[in-house]
Amino acid sequence: MFAFIISRILQAVPVMLTVALISFAMFAYVGDPVAIMLGQDFTEAQRDQLVRDLGLDQPFWVQFATFIGHAAQGEFGLSYRLSRPVAELIAERAPATLELAFTAAALALLIGVPMGVYTGLYRNSWLSRFFLTFSLVGVSLPTFLIGILLILVFAVWLGWLPSFGRGDTVKLGWWTTGFLTVSGLKALVLPAITLGLFQLTLIMRLVRAEMMEVLRTDYIKFARARGLPNRAVHFGHALKNTLVPVITIVGLQLGAIIAFAIVTETVFQWPGMGLLFIQSVGAADIPVMSAYLMLIALVFVTINLIVDLLYYAVDPRLRIGRGKGGH
Amino acid sequence: MSNVAPLLQVKNLRVEFPTRRGTLVALDDVSFDISPGEVLGVVGESGAGKSMTGAAIIGLLEPPGRIAKGEILLGGRRIDNLRYEEMRRIRGKEIGAIFQDPLTTLNPLYTVGRQLAETMTTHLPIGPGEARKRAIEWLEMVGIPAAAQRIDSYPHEFSGGMRQRVVIALALCAEPKLIVADEPTTALDVSIQAQVIALLKRLAREKGTAMMLVTHDMGVIAETADRVAVMYAGRVAEIGPVREVVKHANHPYSAGLMASIPPLDRRVERLAQIDGAMPRLSAIPKGCAYNPRCPQVFDKCRTYRPDLINAGTTQAACWLYDTEAPRG
Ligand SMILES: Nc1ncnc2c1ncn2[C@@H]1O[C@H](COP(=O)(O)OP(=O)(O)OP(=O)(O)O)[C@@H](O)[C@H]1O
Ligand code: SF4
Ligand SMILES: [Mg+2]
Repeated sequence: MFAFIISRILQAVPVMLTVALISFAMFAYVGDPVAIMLGQDFTEAQRDQLVRDLGLDQPFWVQFATFIGHAAQGEFGLSYRLSRPVAELIAERAPATLELAFTAAALALLIGVPMGVYTGLYRNSWLSRFFLTFSLVGVSLPTFLIGILLILVFAVWLGWLPSFGRGDTVKLGWWTTGFLTVSGLKALVLPAITLGLFQLTLIMRLVRAEMMEVLRTDYIKFARARGLPNRAVHFGHALKNTLVPVITIVGLQLGAIIAFAIVTETVFQWPGMGLLFIQSVGAADIPVMSAYLMLIALVFVTINLIVDLLYYAVDPRLRIGRGKGGH
Repeated sequence: MSNVAPLLQVKNLRVEFPTRRGTLVALDDVSFDISPGEVLGVVGESGAGKSMTGAAIIGLLEPPGRIAKGEILLGGRRIDNLRYEEMRRIRGKEIGAIFQDPLTTLNPLYTVGRQLAETMTTHLPIGPGEARKRAIEWLEMVGIPAAAQRIDSYPHEFSGGMRQRVVIALALCAEPKLIVADEPTTALDVSIQAQVIALLKRLAREKGTAMMLVTHDMGVIAETADRVAVMYAGRVAEIGPVREVVKHANHPYSAGLMASIPPLDRRVERLAQIDGAMPRLSAIPKGCAYNPRCPQVFDKCRTYRPDLINAGTTQAACWLYDTEAPRG
């Protein structure tokens, strides 16, 4: 088990290094940090001093190593746009994005899985047909359009829910949460639906397809032949066997939710990392952009690791070391 | 046969599959009885309807297949028209089932102990602790070594033969009166087929369980069955005591089938074919379904379909034994 985790972490290293290289290349070759930091009036001596201070006179690989050393400690320097440490900016924005992503993912799972099971079991019921039609909408409409439509209906016409921002938040240490206030929860509804809808329909379709596949297997027929109640057959034997592929997709989608929160955050002016990133792109704020890139890569790598561990927990066939022989 | 009231009665069973190109009749007018503790062997070429008959009895015909006519009675009670939930309580509890391929019949994500325990707690008035205790006993009974340790193993940790033993334990653990075993050894290594059949036979005898045993292996039939039903194109061609059907078959198809068996010491996995092939469901010939292949065919066979009639030692669906209208 421990060796398994270590090997997975080692496999993630090249991925992170590649992303770091891209981030670093942005630093080094996109825009000129010296020009940006010096402003209009400077002497040649000042300029040389700054180049030396920033380590820009060092060979490429030394600069890269320094960059990685700093990145590993969460050091990405100062934001060009806001002149504040990048780490601080991201830490400030992370709770908003993470709470939004978490809510969207929970929504997608808690609704998508039961809908998938239902439509897989009762293929021909009218409710299944309705769900499937509805899921086509979720898959085919672009996120920003869904967001705008929701705003139009629920914020502009009905006036039930706010159309932008995060509402009131409560501070818990360095974390700020919108879960504890009514306005915070209300503000969460539309963005979470917008962000989670695609994932919800994807999970529903996936669970449905897997469920139909599994229901045809011999062990399900045998479970029925043993007279097990439908509840045990459907939600125990069948659902558990659909979980292995579902975990993969859900894991990848969770990463995607965080990464693609950019669009939703822009539509709803949600004060999260995605919005910060978009604003930084507009201002060519390289340190923030590269830090964001590395953070997203880290999220994907971490989720992949968790997915692998979940496999391990769900599917005993992968626990090779435990085999007691007997073949 | 015997004077005991039959445990299972299948009467004029007809199973249909509605399809876009018309209705396929998979089983037509199938009738037989099984007495308590009796083993009925069921043989016939691939596609004859053996598995279909088993599926109809346990109430698990694959949709859109349905029982269009006839009755199935268990202990005198009709079970073919029960609602799903009522039939579910009978499955496992009163009729156990064994499938062909032990590699696919066990849920790979549940331990064998859990699968045994859930079957027992579903049907018997016992708690999880007692169920676990009995699960270990059942594993011992079917010959799994170190049962107390193996109970928490997953199916993939067992060999094919061992898995089929687990399946047998699962079929028997709620103590059903009848077992439907559909080719229980076909998927197994030849070297262990005999052991598994011996186990099944011994347990059925000890528990007084009746069995419908579908197999292609005439050796198994000869050793295990009390009576044999020979099926052809969705019908019973002949049924009778095992000695008679194997040694002195009356129906020309059974005779051909038995003649194609090699001697007992050189068993083959599949029966050798008689000339020609069994018709597809969509093209079953008029009259006796066997008439295009039958060496003794005569006029009447091409027009009228024979029902099971008394042929002395057995019952055969063949005009040769029709005494009222002698062959002409
Ligand atoms: N879902 C289905 N729809 C239509 N026809 C079917 C279906 N399932 C089986 N059949 C047909 O029913 C007939 C009986 O099949 P069955 O599986 O009972 O044969 P079998 O005697 O068990 O053969 P085998 O020795 O190969 O197992 C076959 O002709 C088969 O093609
Ligand atoms: S009824 Fe005729 S065709 Fe059919 S088995 Fe008997 S003799 Fe042959
Ligand atoms: Mg079969």
